[in-house]
Amino acid sequence: MADAAIRVEGLTKRFGNVAALDGIDFEVPPGSVFGLLGPNGAGKTTAVRVLATILRPDGGHAEVMGYDVVRQATAVRFQIGLAGQSAAVDANLTGAENLRLIGRLAQMRRRDVAPRADELLARFDLSDAADRPVRTYSGGMRRRLDVAAALVARPPVLFLDEPTTGLDIQSRTELWAVIRELVAEGATVLLTTQYLEEADRLADRIAVVDHGRIVANDTSTALKAQLAGTVIEIGMETEERAGRAHDLLVRAVADHPQRDGVTVRLTSNEGPSALIETLRLLDANSLTPATLTVREPSLDDAFLALTGRRAESGDGEAGDARTDGAHIDGDATGSDGGGGEAGGGGGEAVAASAEPPSASQRARRAA
Amino acid sequence: MSAAGVTVTTPRACVEPPRRSPLAAARDAWAITGRNLIVYRRVPTLLVFTLVQPIVFVLLFRYVFGGAIKVPGGIPYVDYLMPGIFVQTVAFGATNTAIGLATDVKSGLLERFHSLPMARSAVLTGRTFADLTRNVLVVALMAVVGVMVGFRVQTNALLFVAGILVVLMFAYAFSWIFATVGLWIGDPESAQAATFPVLAPLVFASSVFVPVSSMPSWLQGFATYQPVSVTANAVRALMLGGPTLSWLLQSIAWCAGIVLVCAPLAVRLYRRAS
Repeated sequence: MADAAIRVEGLTKRFGNVAALDGIDFEVPPGSVFGLLGPNGAGKTTAVRVLATILRPDGGHAEVMGYDVVRQATAVRFQIGLAGQSAAVDANLTGAENLRLIGRLAQMRRRDVAPRADELLARFDLSDAADRPVRTYSGGMRRRLDVAAALVARPPVLFLDEPTTGLDIQSRTELWAVIRELVAEGATVLLTTQYLEEADRLADRIAVVDHGRIVANDTSTALKAQLAGTVIEIGMETEERAGRAHDLLVRAVADHPQRDGVTVRLTSNEGPSALIETLRLLDANSLTPATLTVREPSLDDAFLALTGRRAESGDGEAGDARTDGAHIDGDATGSDGGGGEAGGGGGEAVAASAEPPSASQRARRAA
Repeated sequence: MSAAGVTVTTPRACVEPPRRSPLAAARDAWAITGRNLIVYRRVPTLLVFTLVQPIVFVLLFRYVFGGAIKVPGGIPYVDYLMPGIFVQTVAFGATNTAIGLATDVKSGLLERFHSLPMARSAVLTGRTFADLTRNVLVVALMAVVGVMVGFRVQTNALLFVAGILVVLMFAYAFSWIFATVGLWIGDPESAQAATFPVLAPLVFASSVFVPVSSMPSWLQGFATYQPVSVTANAVRALMLGGPTLSWLLQSIAWCAGIVLVCAPLAVRLYRRAS
């Protein structure tokens, strides 16, 4: 009966006139990652707050590991870890003090707290910074500590509320590796994100949230098939050459290319092969592109496809999602081939890539 | 086994939530108290700044205005002033309670606390206990400052300590007012700004700096019986002599009343804060 780690039925929550949650339903099987994808203000964070017993829902029903989030809130709190924008660490405490405080408040046995804190600091490559106040941490270090804080009491269910928003590519990739490890160890993860790419990489199932409703709930593969495919943009030196490239591609590549000045844009569900084909064709006709951009569909594209309108997030946020999408893609083409490395040696990847700050720290200590 | 060691437990649908003992609540409050005090060790200037303002008041009233102020009973003005300064110091110091809680609301730390299986009371008791601890230190330092500018206890050491205890009782009660303000406002800068209009009339329209009898008659009623005045009068009586019991009882009544009203309010706001 209580076979789902998280079960949400008809959940509603209003703030004044705004329905932050307008009746959402979903289930998350144990040991899987469920992604809530949507723009700012869609209701993702409200859903996490209700499930983490921070907010009381107005209606509906939610369970975590079989416990009701309203009637059995304390029992739920023993099952969960919370990280991301809904939670914070204390900037005046050191990293170690923060984790020990959380451990004590999570009712761990006193003698287990300090070793557990040290273990997590080592795992998140924060050992060198363990005794420094968090206010001296970089954004990436702070976010790693935040995720570590969610893990202190070894909760079986994790809520990661936009865990990578505002992080640079490297920190983001590191955090993704950690999340994959946690899931491999059996954790159930509810992840909220504004990035389609992130949901796609981590989540077994994705629910797209808009105005407090779930507009799609499917596996990432199925969802992507519904969405616009990879976007390839080729910039030529002149409009004349762009015109020739366009004509060539119209005849050879099935998906309708569009020309806009010196730019030719085409969308394909088989991005990599379409790209190879396009470049081969252009090369054979001595049309070397001046610029070349490949990007995955953004959240905006996804929304457009699912709701028929643009995502209504704050302007800054929309811009963010955009540029971020483009960024990740640049990196994705590079690291996707080596994706196995992230899965196999995720821990080392974290350790290695966070090297610069810790190396300089060591140097300072040695001096 | 891997470091995180997450274990998936079998869901049990109908188990009662574990009962929390008062001992566990005390342990949680203790942990939060320690956390709130660490900031003074890490940023000692915070404590220094807490002291700057009362010391300025002492110097200003002792050496600049004091000569022009006549106090009844022919006692030296510095002796009249210092018991009031102790009360004024902790009254303004209570602002820290508001700022501390508002900071935790804004940073999202309270949300994490909400999601932990800890006593709901611990954040508020831990904050007010930490502020009480800070006040012990601040009042002790202000007593030293008082002696340096010529303040002398006219009764005895025991009654002086009793007076300090009244100051701390008042400080604790006032923390609850500002715990409520801090949670209600939820933003440290605004919380700081909001405390002044509350504190100014209480501290200045009081018997802290000048005798109430020198004020216009319409102000005297408020100025005589408001909590800062009755507490200042009680502390003054304990340290300098004179009728004590009535002021002491009024002060205790005010403090009890403040806690009885503000504590439930603060707890309600804490449950809602997110």
